[in-house]
Amino acid sequence: MGGVRTAGDLVARVMASKALRVNEAKKYVADKLGISVFDLCDSQVMREVREDLNIGHVLARPGGAIGIEAKFRIAKLLDIEINSVKRFKERSECSL
Amino acid sequence: MKKIFSRMGDGSALWLSEDELRQDLRTGTEDAADRGKIGPLSDDELERLFEICAAPQKVVSVEPGQEVVHSFDAGTLKFPLRGGVPVDRLGTVMAHERAFCSDTFEVGHSDYSFKPVKAIIAEERQSMEQIQLNATIPVYYGAMPNLGLYTKPDGPIDNWSELLPMGKVQEAREAQEEACEMAIQDIFFVAEAMHEAGSDGINFDTVGASGDADFLASLLAVEKLKKAIPEIHIEMGMAGEFVLGMHGGLKYNDTRLAGLYCHKQLELAEKAGVDIFGPVINTKSNKSVPWNIARSCTFVKACSEISKIPIHPNAGMGVGGVPVTSTAPVDAISRASVALIEIGKADGL
Repeated sequence: MGGVRTAGDLVARVMASKALRVNEAKKYVADKLGISVFDLCDSQVMREVREDLNIGHVLARPGGAIGIEAKFRIAKLLDIEINSVKRFKERSECSL
Repeated sequence: MKKIFSRMGDGSALWLSEDELRQDLRTGTEDAADRGKIGPLSDDELERLFEICAAPQKVVSVEPGQEVVHSFDAGTLKFPLRGGVPVDRLGTVMAHERAFCSDTFEVGHSDYSFKPVKAIIAEERQSMEQIQLNATIPVYYGAMPNLGLYTKPDGPIDNWSELLPMGKVQEAREAQEEACEMAIQDIFFVAEAMHEAGSDGINFDTVGASGDADFLASLLAVEKLKKAIPEIHIEMGMAGEFVLGMHGGLKYNDTRLAGLYCHKQLELAEKAGVDIFGPVINTKSNKSVPWNIARSCTFVKACSEISKIPIHPNAGMGVGGVPVTSTAPVDAISRASVALIEIGKADGL
């Protein structure tokens, strides 16, 4: 789907964490992002969406979330548990 | 009449007439239907496959909006090891995330089996922890059950491949059962540790490569992991389209494992707790790519029709209709991929 250039990582996360088939996972992500399923793979639309939400993007930019920072936001946005985020919170005694 | 460019299953070029292409598609699906005791593709589906295979473009694709996600096996082995690019695994993950735009990725040790990883688990854990801090995409940890590693001289158990030709069937069976128990312990140990390291999931790759005991060890390990860590995500990619009966008598949930085809493998994987299933359909090198694509789609469609979990058929060198070559031509890969998504209804590749 295009990974962080589009919404591929988000659909893959929902597919695995909720064991959803691809069309269900896409709809779930599109609804959470407030866009259409068609737009999930549009790199132009998704650049703006990802930058607005600061959930990591293929283009590095100053202040842009990457790695665990982006995953904190993704877990909250998609209402899913991300293992590394959960462990980061536990190890850093972070109550976010 | 103009001939259509295609390929044989070994990757060599092939030119087919329209009739020959249609004939290959039909006999390919009939072969799968006969072997798997499943329904063949419909006339409409075969016509769509014809359009995909006969398209004049070098690369074909799905329509916008029909894209699916990719998952990996042997993820970090391909760039630094196979390709010889001097970059570590973290660099490999970042390249796949930032340059190749992979949807997910998979980290594995160069030996890529659970047993050898056990001895270096601390180093593997540390690598995964560092990768998880830097990666945005889901990163799995992958390895093979690889039951053969438990046999002498690499392991403590007598080699069933040596016992069987000597007629020592009972000894060969007992050896596999013993190896199965050891593999379950090792898989659990490694998977639990990598989950603790923050891995987004565990990829069981090439399951069943050593036969029915290999498959049983994987199913029981998944069951044990899901019981201990219900939230752990598990992807299971198979080794072949049917399970080899090296033991012949092993069962899971009262189902004999030997000889099971993809759709039956899937049912057991679901029961064990697998979250994503990767069927494998072997490519026949002496048949055309269209024949192999039709055959693969027939098996994958049979999985998709009954599956409650996502299906990621293996689509690479030698499987899923892709030619048996390490430099698989993009014309063949793209046709196989589109066919598996449109006709096989795959959720990912």
